[in-house]
Amino acid sequence: MAREKTTETEVVKGSKEAKRQRKKTKKEYKTRTVHSNLLYYRTKAEDNPNRHYADNKIKTTKYTLLSFLPKNLFEQFHRFANVYFVFIALLNFVPVCNAFQPELALAPVVFILSVTAIKDLWEDYRRHRSDKEINHMDCLVYSRPERQYLERFWKEVRVGDFIRLRCNEILPADVLLLSSSDPDRLVHIETATLDGETNLKQRQVVRSFLDLDCEFDPSKYRSVIECEKPNNDLARFRGYITHSSGRRDGLYKDNLLLRGCTIRNTEECVGIVIYAGHETKAMLNNNGPRYKRSKLERQMNVDVGWCVIILLVMCLFSAIGHGLWMYQYGEKRPVFDVLSPEGTHMSPVLSAIYLFLTMIIVFQVLIPISLFVSIEIVKICQVYFIHQDLELYDEETDSHLQCRALNITEDLGQMQYIFSDKTGTLTENKMVFRRCTVAGVEYSHDANARRLAMYQDVVDSEEEDCPSHGGTLPRRDSVTSHQSAAKVVLRSQSTKSHRRTGSRAEAKRASILSKHTAFSSPMEKDITPDPQLLDKVNDGGSQMDFKRFHSQSLSQMPSELTDIIDFFIALTICNTVVVSSPNQPRHKVRMRFELKSPVKTIEDFIKRFTPSRLTSSSNNSSSSSLNRSSNRGCSHLLTSPSAESTLTKLDEERHPRGPGGLEQASSPVPAPPTLGTCYDGKPGSQEEVELRYEAESPDEAALVYAARAYKCSLVGRLPDQVTVEFPHLGRLSFELLHTLGFDSNRKRMSVVVRHPLTDQITVYTKGADSVIMDLITPPPTDSKGKRHRRILYKTQNYLNRYAADGLRTLCIAKKVMSKEEYAVWLRRHLEAETAIQGREDLLFESALRLETNLHLLGATGIEDRLQDGVPETIASLRKAGLQIWVLTGDKQETAINIAYACKLLDPEEEIITLNADSQDATAVLLEESLHYIQVKFLCSSSDPSRAFQNDYASVYSFSPPASSSSSQPFLVHRLGLVIDGRTLAYALDSSLEEKFLAVARSCRSVLCCRSTPLQKSMVVKLVRNKLKVMTLAIGDGANDVSMIQVADVGVGISGQEGMQAVMASDFAMPRFRNLQKLLLVHGHWCYSRLANMILYFFYKNAMFVALIFWYQFHCGFSGSAMIDQWYLIFFNLMFSAFPQLITGTLDKDVSSETLQELPQLYMNGQNSEEYKPYMFWVNMIDAFYQSLVCFFIPYFAYVDSDVDLFTWGTPITTLALLTILTHLGIETKTWTWLNWLSISFSVCLFFTVALCYNASCPSCFSPSSPYWTMQTLLGEPLFYLLCVLTPVAALMPRYFYRACQGSLFPSPVQVGRQLDQLPSDIRRNILSLSRVQAGSPLDLRPPFLSSLSFAGPFPKGCSHGVATSQNQYSFTKRPPDRLDPSLSGGVAGGLTEKKRCLDEEDQYTLASTETDTLPYTKEGPRAGTGGGSGAGTRGVTGAGSGVRLGAGDGETWTGPDDPPAPLTQDCQDVTLLDSSDLSLSSWITSTPLLGTPWLTTPLLTMPQSESIQLTLPPAGRDQSAAYRRNCDDPTPHRPPEHRPILPTEGADHAHNQATPTCPKEHSSLQTTLL
Amino acid sequence: MMASSYNAKEEDGHVAVPVGGTIKNKKPDNTAFKQQRLPAWQPILTAGTVLPAFFVIGLIFIPIGIGLYVTSNNIREFEIDYTGTDIDDPCFNCSQSFSWNNTRPCTCALDFSLDHPFESNVFMYYGLSNFYQNHRRYVKSRDDSQLNGDINSLKNPSKECEPYARNEKAPIAPCGAIANSMFNDTLDLYYVHPNGTRIQIPLSKKDIAWWTDKHVKFRNPGNNPNLTAAFQGTSKPINWRRPVYELDTDEENNGFINEDFIVWMRTAALPTFRKLYRIIQKKNNMTPTLPRGNYTLEVSYNYPVRSFEGRKRVILSTISWMGGKNPFLGIAYITVGSVCFFLGVVLLIIHHKYGSRNNSADIPN
Repeated sequence: MAREKTTETEVVKGSKEAKRQRKKTKKEYKTRTVHSNLLYYRTKAEDNPNRHYADNKIKTTKYTLLSFLPKNLFEQFHRFANVYFVFIALLNFVPVCNAFQPELALAPVVFILSVTAIKDLWEDYRRHRSDKEINHMDCLVYSRPERQYLERFWKEVRVGDFIRLRCNEILPADVLLLSSSDPDRLVHIETATLDGETNLKQRQVVRSFLDLDCEFDPSKYRSVIECEKPNNDLARFRGYITHSSGRRDGLYKDNLLLRGCTIRNTEECVGIVIYAGHETKAMLNNNGPRYKRSKLERQMNVDVGWCVIILLVMCLFSAIGHGLWMYQYGEKRPVFDVLSPEGTHMSPVLSAIYLFLTMIIVFQVLIPISLFVSIEIVKICQVYFIHQDLELYDEETDSHLQCRALNITEDLGQMQYIFSDKTGTLTENKMVFRRCTVAGVEYSHDANARRLAMYQDVVDSEEEDCPSHGGTLPRRDSVTSHQSAAKVVLRSQSTKSHRRTGSRAEAKRASILSKHTAFSSPMEKDITPDPQLLDKVNDGGSQMDFKRFHSQSLSQMPSELTDIIDFFIALTICNTVVVSSPNQPRHKVRMRFELKSPVKTIEDFIKRFTPSRLTSSSNNSSSSSLNRSSNRGCSHLLTSPSAESTLTKLDEERHPRGPGGLEQASSPVPAPPTLGTCYDGKPGSQEEVELRYEAESPDEAALVYAARAYKCSLVGRLPDQVTVEFPHLGRLSFELLHTLGFDSNRKRMSVVVRHPLTDQITVYTKGADSVIMDLITPPPTDSKGKRHRRILYKTQNYLNRYAADGLRTLCIAKKVMSKEEYAVWLRRHLEAETAIQGREDLLFESALRLETNLHLLGATGIEDRLQDGVPETIASLRKAGLQIWVLTGDKQETAINIAYACKLLDPEEEIITLNADSQDATAVLLEESLHYIQVKFLCSSSDPSRAFQNDYASVYSFSPPASSSSSQPFLVHRLGLVIDGRTLAYALDSSLEEKFLAVARSCRSVLCCRSTPLQKSMVVKLVRNKLKVMTLAIGDGANDVSMIQVADVGVGISGQEGMQAVMASDFAMPRFRNLQKLLLVHGHWCYSRLANMILYFFYKNAMFVALIFWYQFHCGFSGSAMIDQWYLIFFNLMFSAFPQLITGTLDKDVSSETLQELPQLYMNGQNSEEYKPYMFWVNMIDAFYQSLVCFFIPYFAYVDSDVDLFTWGTPITTLALLTILTHLGIETKTWTWLNWLSISFSVCLFFTVALCYNASCPSCFSPSSPYWTMQTLLGEPLFYLLCVLTPVAALMPRYFYRACQGSLFPSPVQVGRQLDQLPSDIRRNILSLSRVQAGSPLDLRPPFLSSLSFAGPFPKGCSHGVATSQNQYSFTKRPPDRLDPSLSGGVAGGLTEKKRCLDEEDQYTLASTETDTLPYTKEGPRAGTGGGSGAGTRGVTGAGSGVRLGAGDGETWTGPDDPPAPLTQDCQDVTLLDSSDLSLSSWITSTPLLGTPWLTTPLLTMPQSESIQLTLPPAGRDQSAAYRRNCDDPTPHRPPEHRPILPTEGADHAHNQATPTCPKEHSSLQTTLL
Repeated sequence: MMASSYNAKEEDGHVAVPVGGTIKNKKPDNTAFKQQRLPAWQPILTAGTVLPAFFVIGLIFIPIGIGLYVTSNNIREFEIDYTGTDIDDPCFNCSQSFSWNNTRPCTCALDFSLDHPFESNVFMYYGLSNFYQNHRRYVKSRDDSQLNGDINSLKNPSKECEPYARNEKAPIAPCGAIANSMFNDTLDLYYVHPNGTRIQIPLSKKDIAWWTDKHVKFRNPGNNPNLTAAFQGTSKPINWRRPVYELDTDEENNGFINEDFIVWMRTAALPTFRKLYRIIQKKNNMTPTLPRGNYTLEVSYNYPVRSFEGRKRVILSTISWMGGKNPFLGIAYITVGSVCFFLGVVLLIIHHKYGSRNNSADIPN
């Protein structure tokens, strides 16, 4: 113990310690020894044993003032280009090959290096500033002289200091926890900044200090800590503490508080600093940003390589030319062939070799030295603009979109595949309790649904509009505990807000955030209870209360009521939710029996089974729960006893001690109250504190809040005890015997408690329906069993319904154990816990043993709300040609339903589901589905497939139908692929991956369920590497990190699940919907800007260098340049640099609005249309042509005249500059005043510099000595004549080509630009046309088609149901072990199907927008074909009826099924409509169009409403697949996807209507496989 | 400007920032620049929009070209080659000598006749072909400081002049290969009167160099009127027959500021070049400067060109406002103008054939 007596004086003690320390210095390399600094405050600094350790001052800067230059230069020379340029500059110092004045040749390199250096310096300065800010944060450090804690800066904290931390403070260093104000000696910390996990973790005071009753006094601390050397392993800390008594205690990671974490829920704690500054684990984990190379840059580098080759060819050509030129003179050395300085004559060969080197210097401009710098500058500007975008700013969290990778902005414009996480990315990860079923009775919570609908409305409007929700919520910090007795407001958003920010400044912003997040939070918390259920709960509570007071057995109660009570008990306690009140952490929340027993053994358990409840858990249990919370997600099953616990003999256990035996568990604490005192009997009277629930996962919290709504509120949770308040019953404390944490294999969690009322050992289990339903005790066949069966059946039905509605389902079950059973289980469980080998497996088995024969209580449906704008974003991203794959760990049903809800899957799309349980089965399935796809789409006939392709690609007529098919050999069909994690594992095997990809890439959307983080990254890697496509991964949680890192661009959602994904990402955004603007607008812009700039750069340099090359033919290939070397060197750097930077930064080919309205324009970037490989050569050829013009027009103008070298070269330079700038002008799409300014600035700069240069010194600038050249030229008319003629002649072809291109074959981008130019009202009308498509679920149809076909003369065809999703449920319901590997092709591909599946919701959106487009509809016949005229009028009426019907109730559409016969008739009508529609769109956009195939091709080759299901028997049997063709399912079903997004709808009528049975099979055809 | 443009775009649906945000947050400013909504001109290059430009260019260029062509054609120019490669040539004998330092001067006379009188001032050029005055090492082989009269450079010529910097330890003035290879033929022009008498035509050697060269760039060292003293201790260039201070008897045209020397030092851009030799001033308005008739050119043949197969010419030319005779620019203007016009017509056709759809797209109502 720490407070052991010590008689020695401190100094003596200290010096002794110091000696010991010195002795240990040899051991230093393995361990670190930490002493209290207080012992040494008087001694000299060098005596302090801690002096060797790093202090807490952090310095993340790379340079110091002294080291900056050498270090920075060294780093810069790592870049190859820089070395190259320096080499060239140095080559100039070699006399034989010097081309320029050597000093001058250094200038560009020095300039480039210094620009980079300044940039680095600035970044370093920013780091310095942030370091300084951090270093000057305050914390409380114990000061010996003052004998109290004093405020110190962080940087003054040293190893060995004692620091005191209060709630919400951030830890300044790695601190060993010595004391906590918490009665359990726990400290809660939030580690979001480290690992991104936002749940609170518990840390424990070092064991020796546990029993410290009074306040910890640092001055009495004498112990020595020996621990590991600093390392970056966050999950490990080992060491021991040696007290002066000689006692040693182990130190674990649970004792260590890491720098950067935030103290939560704990008033105060004290610790000693172990690692400081850079030695803290957080700092050691801090890695710099990653460097990624964008696709464009890779392409550019290839072309830089080509430039090098061109350069070498030119040099070689010149060298050979020079050799020949020399050779022709032979021995007759001409007078102009100057001897070498030594007076010797060089042989032609030697001259040629020297000349080669000289030419490299002269032509060096071809490798654009400024390109790299310019690109960097442009990218920084692009990042700046992305940061500044208002639409990417999230008001709620006050966060921008962050670009963490600065150099891949243009990749955003080239994405082809998006891999998205589901939870937290597509959804808000805000779980809202929606409905539940208990004992076979469904409680639909209509009021709650209405409330949620209201929230949705409210969210759209401003904050002030909803004072009832936002307004009543008091600030977290201002709430006192005795406030708001009437209404319990449970707050969780304070923790949420912290999660979102996770930064240092969070404390400052907490208030802002709580204001901003006030909306969403009540949505999760304020659950409106179902009155029926509430009554039953109250009833049950009162009955129980009554029975308890009358000591009656509870078993006589109606089973429904007990089930209900048990259901809520399970909801409340079967979780790991931590309860806290806002101001006083864990204040009054506890009702604890203070009993400490150091070791937990079997006896303890036995003790606790005695009637008295005097015993309690030990600290070990708390440490174990702590372990569990931190290890959530891994397969680690944790239970209470620590490793030290010993298993006593079973026979001891079999003879439990009597009640009296308990008293011997002597405790310093007075005997705790019995159960009766926990219950004060007056439920309303007690202090209603504002409780906060902090849960590991949001759905746990949702369930607890739901229970809270029914007055079953969790009021306290201790490691060994859970306190719940019930109506009538008051507070009940459940002894928590075990918590079998959730793991992904078991898919459930259980708690073992002793029921305070019945005193029975009860297991409450909560888990996935698929597993729980299997574990339910099969009901007996008697009458009671019949009821059970009915409950089971009903519950299953409701579960299906919930899943169909996209709710997350959980089953709740319980099990009552006899003490004997429990003892048997316990014994083996403890064995498992103490096992050395295979402990995890044993624990897993132990858990399996416990969770059997459950009694089903009920099920819950929790909604994971879709984020705002997700369906729209997905629709428009898909229109942009992006393939969207969703990789989720969720179960198949939920995933599919979310996919429907966010329009990822279309109800009319066929869905291929791959579920297999072996490699072979997977292979067969893949083969079969590939075959199926081929039969269906490719081999049937080419026309329909093309029609489909057109259908897919040509939403707007100008999106090139051929583009997607030409770039991809596989057509993308209207197919969805669903694959589960296990099958995915097989499919990712190298033997199958090709097939898997073949199947997957022909599907429009792919959904991988139940995939592990590793699988996610494997899928991304596979697609990226095999398909050679650009991939983007987006996710929000730690499980997405690997995927984010693998993808070309990783995007993190800085949402609910902490910062880990953000840390790994290249871009971090607040919401999923930001992706739309980021990709479609900024990605497109960045890409097209940069691509054009790079091409321009190549052109510019080639053009300029070629001028000199042509001159070599006229100067004997001597390496002479007619362009003054100053111009030559500064041309790129100064004269022509600014306009291209401005254009590269600001040019917008299409406006932001149009880009978002017409996502098809994104394909421009996907297909790399701005910068194709051939374009480099086209540019090169153009550059050579232009340079020829710029060279030979002055040549012929001055040929055989008395012009001198530089008087001739200066006009050429001028002409080149003007030509280059005019070229840029042609390529510039938007001219802002900045463009004008930069171009005129460039011209002015050139002339100013030239005039100054030519006037400055008559004899300085050898060899050109250009004195008064420019001035003379400006006086000559010939100069002006050249300046006019040459650029015109040089740029005429390009200008003409651009004009022709614009007229004859305009790119989609150009059409978008034309759209931009239209008057705003007309444009808005045209765009609203496309908005119809974007908003509609039939997004890939041409406009009108969907609405018209639906509203045509055959409304009867619109029966409500589609059988699509039903098929899925039919087999996913099967437990995995029994699951047949089956492939199901859901219905819905057909065009005709579309008519039938339209739901009133779709009509509503369509109809409302339809009105905007009516004028165009009227115009239709004029431009349309003959058949279109009728269609056009029909369109008008159709639209009208659409409006009418859309407003009506959905029930009206449940007409009688129409016979399949008239379908063909209908479909011809559809075709006609299509044609008119198409002509309309073509007429709008004026591009040559596919139009005709629509007319000629009947699109009716698709089978009508069919579902094909391939069923594979398990391996071993003969493999056959059954194609079951289901004709129209008469059962009216609602398409499931509308449920989650339409909460206003009566939530239950659909449920009453639909039956979850599989579709009836009308006909089936059997085919044999293999 | 920015603000107003923003307001103009406000209607596009951009919600204004809520006023009164007292909390300082990270919300980006809603300015046209930061939101990339600067007012801009967005030209779209289609046949219709580009068409006028082509026609305008064509219509402007063709007249300019015609004007230039006519101007160039009005220039009188006469060229006579006196290299003497053929055995029949008067200068053949002289041309056989390779040596720079021929002690025996060789002269030859060429007769020619002018068919048209030269009315205005006539510029007399000598022209060299295949003389690569623009060779990299040749161009560099000079010392501008020395030529500018710097005493130090006079004594210690720059190493750029190597190997023509020193002759037997004595610094060469002017140093370098350019100076060393200075053109040293002497040309005299005689008008052969129809009665047979030869009248020497006065040739002015003034103002044949740039004014700035003569007065700023080139200076004799030390401002010493006695050039012999000024150049004391220097050696003449190896190929020269006379030292630099004996180039002319005229004080104002001697030493470094000798205009022939200055003209030579301005290295030609192309291997075939001409350099102004003399100007024949127009005497009065009545008679042409050079009437038609026969002339004799007397050449003191010193400059060897056989080693590089060069040609030597004498050119007599009048000049216009745009310089010497050069029909190229006029032709180029006419050609470019015509091509532009033609392309304009092509675009017009394209516009009529394919552009109509474009227009309908622009005007849907």
